[in-house]
Amino acid sequence: MDKPFAITLDPGSSLANHTGSWRTFRPLYVDRLPPCNAACPAGENIQSWLYHAESGDYEKAWRALTENNPLPAIMGRVCYHPCEGACNRQHVDAAVGINAVERFLGDEAIRRGWRFESSAAATGKRVLVIGSGPAGLSAAYHLTRMGHQAVIHEAAPLAGGMMRYGIPKYRLPRDVLDAEIRRLVEFGVELRLQSKVMNVLAAMQEGFDAVFLGVGAHIAKRAYIPAGDASKIIDAISVLHDMEGAQGDELRPMLGRRVVVYGGGNTAIDVARTAKRLGAEEAVIVYRRTREKMPAHDFEVEEALQEGISIKWLSTIKEAGEDDIMVEKMALDASGFPQPTGEYERIPADSVVLALGQDADLGLLANVPGLATDKGLVQVDAGMMTGHPGVFAGGDMAGNERTVTVAVGHGKRAARAIDAWLKGETYVSPPKHELATFERMNPWYYSDAPKTVRPVLDIIRRQSTFEEVLGGLDEGNALFEARRCMSCGNCFECDNCYGVCPDNAVIKLGPGKRFLFNFDYCKGCGMCATECPCGAIKMVPEEN
Amino acid sequence: MLKQMEGSRAVAEAIALCRPEVICAYPISPQTHIVEALGEFVKDGSLAPCEFINVESEFAAMSVAIGSSAAGARTYTATASQGLLFMAEAVYNASGLGLPIVMTVANRSIGAPINIWNDHSDALSQRDSGWLQIFAETNQEALDLHIQAFRLAEELSLPIMVCMDGFILTHAYERVDMPTQEQVDAYLPKYEPRQVLDPAEPVSIGAMVGPEAFMEVRYLAHAKQMDALRLIPEYAAEFKKVFGRDSGGLVHSYRTEEADTIVVAMGSVLGTIKDVVDEMREAGHRIGVLGITLFRPFPIVQVREALRRAKRVVVLEKSMAVGLGGILATNVGMALAAKPIDVYTVVAGLGGRPITMRSLHALFRRAEKNDLDPVTFLDLNHSLIAKQMERERAKRRSGPAAEAMLRDVGVVAAKLA
Amino acid sequence: MSFQPVKFYQTGTFTVGNRLLPPEERSVQSQEKRYNSINSGHRACQGCGEALGARYAIDAAMEATNGRLICANATGCLEVFSTPYPETSWQLPWIHSLFGNTAAVATGIAAAIKVKKLKGERRNIRVVAQGGDGGTTDIGFGCLSGMFERNDDVLYICYDNGGYMNTGIQRSSATPPAARTATTMAVGPEPGNVFGQGKFVPAIAMAHEIPYVATATVADLRDLEAKVRRAMEFQGARYIHILVPCPLGWGTASNETIRIARLAKETGMFPVFEAEYGEVKSVVAIRHPLPVEEYLKPQKRYAHLFGKTPQVEVIAKLQALADRNIKKYGLLDGGAR
Ligand SMILES: Cc1cc2nc3c(=O)[nH]c(=O)nc-3n(C[C@H](O)[C@H](O)[C@H](O)COP(=O)(O)OP(=O)(O)OC[C@H]3O[C@@H](n4cnc5c(N)ncnc54)[C@H](O)[C@@H]3O)c2cc1C
Ligand SMILES: Cc1ncc(C[n+]2csc(CCOP(=O)(O)OP(=O)(O)O)c2C)c(N)n1
Ligand code: SF4
Ligand SMILES: [Mg+2]
Repeated sequence: MDKPFAITLDPGSSLANHTGSWRTFRPLYVDRLPPCNAACPAGENIQSWLYHAESGDYEKAWRALTENNPLPAIMGRVCYHPCEGACNRQHVDAAVGINAVERFLGDEAIRRGWRFESSAAATGKRVLVIGSGPAGLSAAYHLTRMGHQAVIHEAAPLAGGMMRYGIPKYRLPRDVLDAEIRRLVEFGVELRLQSKVMNVLAAMQEGFDAVFLGVGAHIAKRAYIPAGDASKIIDAISVLHDMEGAQGDELRPMLGRRVVVYGGGNTAIDVARTAKRLGAEEAVIVYRRTREKMPAHDFEVEEALQEGISIKWLSTIKEAGEDDIMVEKMALDASGFPQPTGEYERIPADSVVLALGQDADLGLLANVPGLATDKGLVQVDAGMMTGHPGVFAGGDMAGNERTVTVAVGHGKRAARAIDAWLKGETYVSPPKHELATFERMNPWYYSDAPKTVRPVLDIIRRQSTFEEVLGGLDEGNALFEARRCMSCGNCFECDNCYGVCPDNAVIKLGPGKRFLFNFDYCKGCGMCATECPCGAIKMVPEEN
Repeated sequence: MLKQMEGSRAVAEAIALCRPEVICAYPISPQTHIVEALGEFVKDGSLAPCEFINVESEFAAMSVAIGSSAAGARTYTATASQGLLFMAEAVYNASGLGLPIVMTVANRSIGAPINIWNDHSDALSQRDSGWLQIFAETNQEALDLHIQAFRLAEELSLPIMVCMDGFILTHAYERVDMPTQEQVDAYLPKYEPRQVLDPAEPVSIGAMVGPEAFMEVRYLAHAKQMDALRLIPEYAAEFKKVFGRDSGGLVHSYRTEEADTIVVAMGSVLGTIKDVVDEMREAGHRIGVLGITLFRPFPIVQVREALRRAKRVVVLEKSMAVGLGGILATNVGMALAAKPIDVYTVVAGLGGRPITMRSLHALFRRAEKNDLDPVTFLDLNHSLIAKQMERERAKRRSGPAAEAMLRDVGVVAAKLA
Repeated sequence: MSFQPVKFYQTGTFTVGNRLLPPEERSVQSQEKRYNSINSGHRACQGCGEALGARYAIDAAMEATNGRLICANATGCLEVFSTPYPETSWQLPWIHSLFGNTAAVATGIAAAIKVKKLKGERRNIRVVAQGGDGGTTDIGFGCLSGMFERNDDVLYICYDNGGYMNTGIQRSSATPPAARTATTMAVGPEPGNVFGQGKFVPAIAMAHEIPYVATATVADLRDLEAKVRRAMEFQGARYIHILVPCPLGWGTASNETIRIARLAKETGMFPVFEAEYGEVKSVVAIRHPLPVEEYLKPQKRYAHLFGKTPQVEVIAKLQALADRNIKKYGLLDGGAR
């Protein structure tokens, strides 16, 4: 076109004008640490496995999950999910049901027979793992992934530790437990049952390069209660232990019609609920402080109350008789400690079950040079190594935070340290990203979506059978739940930056490849950072 | 084909023959009959395909024209007087964007006081708008000039105003020779726009231009207009070949051979002037006429040449530059700068005041004796002015002048005391 | 709701893109090779809502017409920052004529296209006209109304930034009450713009009973795109009024543009709806109702309301305006009436 001068211009010629020179701040793409990941004791990269689950690629999600935790089906049932407590979504509507999705993935993996894979070459190193609780299983799993041969020695006839001999079936069906342990064995973990290690150093001599201890804490703590001969006082751990393998009624522990449980932890709750299922008409928990102070999780207390268990708050057992006990009322003092009031009450009881915590049996550690204990706990460094080189420990025996998830995390951490130690190195964990706090997010963008409620077993069946109480999600609502994840701090390719830039200064690289800024044109307005839903863009001052 | 018809109708038919594609219409006397006729042609299907748009103002009329012309359509509109002023911003814009719109201006005075009758104030107010301006002397010429206007506008990519005297031409029934469609088609090629809004070749039209190039843009507009001085005679000659008659061109001399006095004028008044000149020539006066057909660009060389041998020039114009004198006269004066020729400005016929042969006879005779003021107002009622001036001197709130003077001439009944 | 409801896809339709959506349901702006009708290198201020709104709208119209679109643009910021000689940012045929005549220019283009189509010289091309609030609700209002009344085949888009920004933030008939502008300074007994009768052009457009009228904001891209797409399904006059915050004129940070637009909608200060042939057809409901202060406070043009003695009465009057919108358009229940 022979166009008129100056008045008529060729299209798009403004590209010659590099508005990037206006910029005083520049945007940067960052990855921040999602709060769920930060809170996960097992170090799961939750946001990243949810990312795959969101698009329905469950296998990829499961593989991302099991990079850190080999027991998702178990975890999806028994984990106390601190991740959900930290989840930013709770400030929008309710936390993402991470635990439920994890369980869905774990169950899906069992259903579809997904197996672990590892590309690491065999190192020829052998590591002894003592105990097949979650700590031991996790350590063995990670060691195997790294190419080492892990050999588990387990005293009990079946693997799983407290997951089998503590946590009741109605919360963790044993086929699930078995399936996840079986997968580990198929992966190459060597499991020797009924082989109790009596002396750790001696056992190490049998051709092991390092050892990981995960013997748990199985010795029930006792309280002194004056008791008549006829009174029946037993501990919760033995009750629950005896439940395992007790198929017929005759093998089940005999607790009577009226059962009093003494303690305020999750074990107390579990044993009370078990007693109810064993046929007790009354199951009463006696606890010396208030509900707020109770260590048991709220949802467990709630479930117990639903099932007809009653709780006597601010009470201690003074003595146990043949068919009743005497309870003293307590009152909280100014600093919140329970103090005796001198007021007494008798309540009927056929048996008293003590659920007052456990100590670790550290007999096998006698005379290990350098190994230190404190208040019954083995002392370890950041890499879970005890004072004795090459001897590592984790799980209940090494810490006061006693959960399956913590144990799994310990196992993983120890495996990394063992791997480094075997190479003559020290493991240093990579620097953590800045936390993706809620203030950094733009929650507007997440659609309104209340948490999916998992189906719950009806109350009659809960009071009489050991069927699993909490159901799982089906594929439809698992997908929905996964998609409630806000991907805190990590780009999920929502195209917002690409779209909201008034200067077209964001380059879209294509699916999975994220974005680039075009600094020739970016004026540094900061809209991309403000409108990034998940806070994955940060503005930094321009250097001249 | 010879036809006896109203000027407006003749122009409308000629425009229809030019196959306009978009016509914008907004009523104002004395232009209405033209667009009314065109509207009828479009509605009855005789002019098709063509979009006839009844807009809501002259500003919209010109704006619609801008849009359609930029999109490559042959575009026509017409206006007058207040309407031309109302569209003024768009008038400048159309030329600035180089859009070959053809617009008839049915010349009429500008208020206040509002007045519907003929003079040239409206068109001349837009003399620097960047439009070409051609003035028709007769209805035949008006008709012919429109045909030439499309050709010229589209070749130059500039808009053209074809000016014809309101009522005197637009409403006069005269005999015209209406060309055939074949003739017009042979003369007027299909519109090939210089720039067009087209998704196949997108451009941005109407950029903001700063001091770094604005002067150049303006100069180019000027140069383009000046190019019309070359093209117009060519197109007029071609016109004659196709249609068999002289029409258009730059200027026309009439009986100027050995003329001491040459009267310069534009538009239909030339007819009256020529009659007077004929009679004066009969009586032995050395007087002639120079009719200006093209006012913008101003054919300065041709005017100078035509007036070169005159002793004096009388510019009789239907317009005035308030506070200065004449507009046409100023332009003619520029052509005669550094020539020892007296130029008399005569402002005549404002607001439809008849320009009579009698007055012209008297005027020209006085001119021959150099008995004219530099600026003369033809047939001014001096006593009326004197009375009004007296009133205004006597009383600050002397009331509206126009009404008072009408009362003086007895048109309006005296206000009750 | 004007846009397609989607199942829960993490961000639903709120974000620009969504990898979880089927490709055909994704927004125009999320496309890797989108039109970018207005290209990089334009000279709009940092964070200009108008630059953003224009790309959103014109790209959507380009998509709807398969690139067969011509644009007429009124004088104003958008025109000035996009086409200073020797550079233009526009990638489609585009014309700027004057400040107050854009609707008419577009009418002319549409008329030309119609004739050319009848003659078989050109294929179908659609026309969009665009201008600021000043160019639309004030000086261009006559031409706009004429275009509506004739039902010319033009989509007119008004980018409402509440004032004459290009000339230095003066008041227009779209400037909200109490807002400070260069001609309604925050001084005297009634600082800021007067509480007039208001002039909500979308309602006036509806009074013409033209085929389609809609409002939108730059904060809701999917809604905006859906409206442009819908508009292009009609022949005849169509009008979309888009709220585009102006960081310079409103005294907001350049990164806040979208947030402010969202607050305008969420507080009810700016009703988002669509209408066909003069009847409201759908309303975008307020998601999280908020008091007007939330919208007013971040803007310096309202700073005088929040001085040492907060102008509670003025704020209450503004709240009343929002409440009126909420009631009139049913903004809390999505227009269910
Ligand atoms: C009733 C109850 C309910 C619980 N519920 C939950 C829950 O819902 N969620 C949760 O996260 N946590 C729960 N816990 C806690 C959780 O079970 C433990 O924190 C976790 O199992 C500890 O794992 P670990 O590997 O350290 O030890 P354990 O699971 O105790 O495993 C230790 C293993 O080592 C074996 N072993 C011990 N000594 C030797 C030896 N010398 N040689 C060979 N083998 C040996 C033991 O037989 C055992 O199998 C619960 C605990 C109890 C008691
Ligand atoms: C006839 C006319 N009057 C005034 C102006 C000056 N002018 C140019 S742009 C503008 C303001 C435009 O305001 P608006 O239409 O709201 O667009 P914005 O710049 O705010 O985007 C004004 C007053 C003009 N160009 N033409
Ligand atoms: S003044 Fe306002 S509308 Fe104009 S370019 Fe700047 S931000 Fe955009
Ligand atoms: Mg504006």
